[in-house]
Amino acid sequence: MRTHRVWKLGSDIDTDVLAPGHAMKHGIDKIAAFCLESVRPEFASQVQPGDVIVAGPNFGIGSSREQAAAVLVKLGVVAVIAPSFSGLYFRNAFNVGLLLLTCPEADLLQEAERVTLDTQDLAVISGAGRRLACEPIPEFLLDMVRSGGLLNQLRIRFGKEPVQ
Amino acid sequence: MLQPPVAQTLAQKLIARAAGRAAVMPGDIVNCKVDLAMFHDSSGPRRLKPMLEELGAQIWDKSRVVLVMDHYVPERDDESRQIVRIARDWAREQKLPHVYDSQGICHVVVPQHGHIRPGMFCVGGDSHSPTGGAFGAYMFGIGSTEMLGVVVTGEIWLRVPHTLQMHWSGELQKGVTAKDMMLHMLGRFGMNGGQYQAVEFCGPAVQALAMQERMTLSNMSAELGAQVGLIAPDATTASWLQAAGAPASDLRDWHTDAGAPLMRHAFDAGTLTPYVAAPHSPANADVVGRYSGTRVDVAYIGACTGAKLDDLRAAAEVLRGQRVASGVRLMVAPASQQDQAAAQKEGVLQVLLDAGAELFPTACGACAGYGETLGDNTTVISSTARNFKGRMGSATAQVYLASPYTVAASALRGVITDPREVLA
Repeated sequence: MRTHRVWKLGSDIDTDVLAPGHAMKHGIDKIAAFCLESVRPEFASQVQPGDVIVAGPNFGIGSSREQAAAVLVKLGVVAVIAPSFSGLYFRNAFNVGLLLLTCPEADLLQEAERVTLDTQDLAVISGAGRRLACEPIPEFLLDMVRSGGLLNQLRIRFGKEPVQ
Repeated sequence: MLQPPVAQTLAQKLIARAAGRAAVMPGDIVNCKVDLAMFHDSSGPRRLKPMLEELGAQIWDKSRVVLVMDHYVPERDDESRQIVRIARDWAREQKLPHVYDSQGICHVVVPQHGHIRPGMFCVGGDSHSPTGGAFGAYMFGIGSTEMLGVVVTGEIWLRVPHTLQMHWSGELQKGVTAKDMMLHMLGRFGMNGGQYQAVEFCGPAVQALAMQERMTLSNMSAELGAQVGLIAPDATTASWLQAAGAPASDLRDWHTDAGAPLMRHAFDAGTLTPYVAAPHSPANADVVGRYSGTRVDVAYIGACTGAKLDDLRAAAEVLRGQRVASGVRLMVAPASQQDQAAAQKEGVLQVLLDAGAELFPTACGACAGYGETLGDNTTVISSTARNFKGRMGSATAQVYLASPYTVAASALRGVITDPREVLA
C-alpha cells in the first residue's frame, strides 16, 4: 500500500491562509507558492506529491475561493484529514478533485508520520497500524474525486476529453 | 412522493419548491433549480469564461445571471486591470442583461436592484451569499467550478439541512445592533457552529430589525458556518423590496410551521451589550468592556457587512459634530453607490467627513485584502466580517471586529469604546 507523509496543522485553518488575498489576482501556480505561508512557511516548497494534511477542527473556514482547495491539488496533496470542515470548503474540495476525510480521531496522527488511506471503506491507517474510521461520503462525491473533479465530469458530459 | 401536511421549516419549504417536490426531509440529497446565480469579477468571468469556452457550453439562462464588479475595482495594477477587463469584455460579448460595474458590493447591490425575493433559490460565487437569506430566499455561496456547473445546467445538488433557530426576544438597547447579536452568537457557537445547516433568525427582536440590519445577520451566517441564514419575510421585507422596484412576492408560504423539526436557541436582546471580536477570529468575541481602552490606529467602516446606509447612519450618530482622536485614521468605504448617495443626501456622509473620515471606493477594498491593505503592526477596529490573521493585509495587523457604533466610538476616543458611553 502506498504511504503518505503527514503535514500536521492546527485548528481553524482558514481559506485566507491557504490562498492569501494578496495572491488571489494571480493564477493557481503562483497562489500555490503562498499556500500556508503564515502558518507553515516551508510547506509550499517542501510538500511532495502524495502527501496528506492532517488538521484540527474547522478546516477551510472563510471564503468561497476554491483556490484554497485547488492549491492543495496543485501541490500534489491527495487528502486532507480533519475532524470537521467548513461546509462550503467541503463542496469546493470535491469539485476540484480533493478528497476530504472527516476523521474524529485525526489528532492521533503525528507530523511526518506515514499513513495509508482506505478510500473504499473510508479510513486512515496510522503508521503503527491503527485504523481511524472516517465519516461516510456520498458515492457521487467520491466519483467526482476519482474523475479529477466536477470540471472533468462536465468535460465528459459535453463530449470533451477529461484532463488528468 | 411524501405527503405535504408534515410541518416544515422555512429552509425545507424553499428547497422543496426549488426541487419540485411537495416536501423534503433533512438529510435528503436533492437537485434544485436555480432561480438566480450571482458572481463577481474575482469568482466569475476570469474563471468561468475559459472553462465555458473549453466545454463549448452556453449560459443556461442569462436572465438569471447577475455579474457585479466589486473585488478588483477600482483597478490598482496590471493584474486587476486584466481581471476587470475580462469581466467587462465577457459581459458585453455575452450581452448579459444584469451587470453592475463599480456600483458597490454584490451582496448589497443585487438586492438593492430587486433581484433577490422571498421564495427564490439562489447561489452566489462568494461566501457572504447567505445575505440573501434576509429576504426569505435560500441563498448560499459556492466556488467557481460549482458555479460553472450551475451556469451550464441551471441546477445544483444539496443535502437538505437541519434548522437551527436563533430566537431573539426582547428589545435591543440603544447603540446595540445586529452585528452585536451576531458576534454574541459567534462567541457562543464558534465559527463552524452552524455545521453547514440552515440557521433561521426569528423572534420579536429580529422582526424589529430594519432590512439592512437583517442583512448583517444573514451575511455573517457565513462566519457561523451555516449554509444559509434565513429570516422569514414580512411587511418590512415587502416594503423594502417595493422601494427597490422588485415585483411583489407572495409571502404566505415562507415561514417555519409550528411543530417543524428544529433546534431552537433562545436569546434576550434586552440584556445584550455591544460585542467585539478580538484577533484573529470572529468567534473570539466578548463584551466590549473586555477590550475597552485598547488603543486603535485605524477604524474601518466598510464591506457588505458593515457599510450599508444604516451602518453609515450609526457611525454618524456617534460622530456628529465631533472629530476622531488625533492619530486615528477613520476609513469609510460605503457598501454601494446607492447607499453612498443616500448618505450624502441626508448629510450622514458630511458628518463622517467632518469628523475626519477618508472616503474610499464603494468596493470590497481592504476587507478581503484585495484593495487597500493595512500595514504592519497596526491595530484596527473594523465593521467587517472577518479578522483572520493577514486577511486585511499584514499578518501582524491586529483586527478587532465590532458594530459601526463601536467602530465610530473607538475612532472618537482612540481606544476601544462602548458606544453607549458616547451616545448617552
